[in-house]
Amino acid sequence: MESRSTGGPPADGPPEGHPGTSLGSRRGRPSAVARSPLTPYLFILPAFLVYGAFALYPLGRAAQFSLFEWKGFGPSTFVGLGNYMDLAGDEDFRRAIVNALVLIVFYSVIPLVVGLVLAAILRRGQVRGMGFFRTVIFLPQVIALVVVAVAWRQIYSPYGLLNDVLRTVGLDVLTRGWLGDPGTALAAVGFIGTWVQMGLVMLLLLSGMSRIPAELFEAARLDGAGAIKEFFAITLPAVRGEITVALVLTIIAALKTFDLVYMTTSGGPGNTTTVPSFEVYFRAFELRTVGSASAVAIVLTALIFVINVGVTRIGERES
Amino acid sequence: MRRRNFLGTTAALSGLGLLVACAPGSDGGGGDSEAPAPAADEVDTDVAALGDITLVVWDQEVRGAQNDAIEALLGAFKEKYPNVTVERNSQSFDDLQQQTGLALSGNEVPDVLQVNNARGDMGSFVADGLLTDLSGYAEAYGWTDRFAPSVLSKMSYSEDGVTFGEGNLYGIAQTGEVCGIYYSQKKLDALDLEAPTSWDEVFSLVEAAAEADELPINLGNLDQWPALHVFGPLQANFVDAETIVTLGMGNAGADWTSDDNLAALTQLSDWGSSGALGDSPNGLAYDDAWPLYTEGKGVLLIGGSWLGPDMEAVMGEDLRFMAPPPGADGTVATTGGTGIPFSIPAAAKNPAAAAAFIDFITSDDAMAMIAENGGMPVNRTAELAPDSGVNKDIYEAFDTVSTEGTLLPYLDYATPSFADTAGATLQELIGGQTDPAGAAEALQEDYGEFTEGS
Repeated sequence: MESRSTGGPPADGPPEGHPGTSLGSRRGRPSAVARSPLTPYLFILPAFLVYGAFALYPLGRAAQFSLFEWKGFGPSTFVGLGNYMDLAGDEDFRRAIVNALVLIVFYSVIPLVVGLVLAAILRRGQVRGMGFFRTVIFLPQVIALVVVAVAWRQIYSPYGLLNDVLRTVGLDVLTRGWLGDPGTALAAVGFIGTWVQMGLVMLLLLSGMSRIPAELFEAARLDGAGAIKEFFAITLPAVRGEITVALVLTIIAALKTFDLVYMTTSGGPGNTTTVPSFEVYFRAFELRTVGSASAVAIVLTALIFVINVGVTRIGERES
Repeated sequence: MRRRNFLGTTAALSGLGLLVACAPGSDGGGGDSEAPAPAADEVDTDVAALGDITLVVWDQEVRGAQNDAIEALLGAFKEKYPNVTVERNSQSFDDLQQQTGLALSGNEVPDVLQVNNARGDMGSFVADGLLTDLSGYAEAYGWTDRFAPSVLSKMSYSEDGVTFGEGNLYGIAQTGEVCGIYYSQKKLDALDLEAPTSWDEVFSLVEAAAEADELPINLGNLDQWPALHVFGPLQANFVDAETIVTLGMGNAGADWTSDDNLAALTQLSDWGSSGALGDSPNGLAYDDAWPLYTEGKGVLLIGGSWLGPDMEAVMGEDLRFMAPPPGADGTVATTGGTGIPFSIPAAAKNPAAAAAFIDFITSDDAMAMIAENGGMPVNRTAELAPDSGVNKDIYEAFDTVSTEGTLLPYLDYATPSFADTAGATLQELIGGQTDPAGAAEALQEDYGEFTEGS
């Protein structure tokens, strides 16, 4: 993240990369230990040990399992890349990946676009009770996803709130069991994601926008810029960093969706809403094919990694 | 640069871990070892003479009535055998199911363990020699007389785990469950109809209800599996019980694409497209659907006996239950089975005491205690039925099916992936995304692949 600090660290902050040199030690010469190039690593060692034991080691084991055919107990057979080869021709898996990519639209793109517009409007108009609205918008992030899923399942039910509302306004033709119709199920699940992520994205963008000096807008206005020109010339470039963070967080959330799907559709109707995480669970605990489940998990991890490296790179280059 | 170095180190470290770590599962016990299978005359039934021992029992009887029953039985067992200390470890079905494989192959193996009888569970453990063959105990303790054959078949596998439904016995269960037809007496009276005595009467009842603007059959199938509990009984009207058992247990020799299976799938598809199951059964959750039934949404509800007590609490005497009308071969056949069977792991330290314990909790007296505590005992069911209420109907229905008819296996027992295949396929059939022929093919593909592969 070093290259992102093009604005420079605050003047009195510690120089980056030397967390040991605090304000106090600036007066005298740093000790030999502090100057050693290995010292920074000593500082991250405790955290790295925890990270290694609970993240890297399991990841390595999962990668290893993915090379075996194993039921989760008893003996295992080494199959090399066989599990991955099987995935290439596996229709359920392909569908899960495509669905995950569709969910990115609902989890990331829509909240970002809507969030940008709303945040820009909120910034311009001095809304009363701003703190209250911010809390309300952020609330979905705080609720456990299982609870969110159960609530939305009721809303989408054939006898649920959404259909009641449609009937009240005379749109009877649109009523349906939203989660049970293959045409709408994925979008219905995705919209729950939009609802959940919107608050996070809005909050990030609002805080980013509040840091823009008012003089910039004043100057732009003097130059004759309208609200839209102002948005593209000042607001948007200023919150690039926040946009990148918001995208990374929401894309990860989209790709690893599990609880929403598990609690609302279990991948149905048919297999129309299955996602990679659900496939991992299903393969490991229902089919007892731990190798195949691990292979899906590794592919998913790689996918999340690649997409997010891409997003971060683009974010960095443009700023 | 520094970050790149760091990533490199990380990758190297995990690579190293990969090389050092041993192959999965190779450090566990179990494996290909021969599973114990004591003959009847080798079985030691004299538990009092075993001295002071501790019996480790893992079960999933955690819900209200189940827990009350097992606690009462544990108390009675302790009185009978003061030399045996029972150490009970209970957890939910899902938790236990996911741990069973580890528990069986680990070093601290329980003496008694509830093992789900599906192929993916009990079947694969039998194939790996992780469970004790109880046939000898069954003979010594007289379990073969105690249980109906269609009940025992649900816990029987061939020694290699390939054939389900016959061969050795690997567990026995305490309780029963059965899928049947719930109906609202008031709604039938309003329609001027009687409870159906044949499937044709069921079909005409459905039509009459639809004409009267009532929802004929309440179904919430968002969860995918509920439709299996509707299709199971329905299938028995078109297909003979023996074929369904073969299909349901995943044994070779039957065919999902046969004409009679197609007819059954067509009937379900018709119900789906005509709205007999509601406008959007696939969009309604199971646990949201049956409460709607208690509020008057639906004339019939085809489902499991476990729904009875909760629905009765709201509907009272209006709620009735019946076994489905006689099926294709003239006898009653419907989906059902037993609670989760109790098994003895191959590596159990006290198999003799374990068998005595299992015998004790499935004895005739135990059945009465289970009924007293609100469960449905698998034996003596009609005898122990309450005097009134929906449980009276349910007990009698189970007794009729298990003693005179056939308890059909849950269709998802068939193959490890069949729950998913059948759930998704029936959902698409009801929703009209596939036709009966397409559905039959999808089911046959899974079943055929499995039976030919084994």
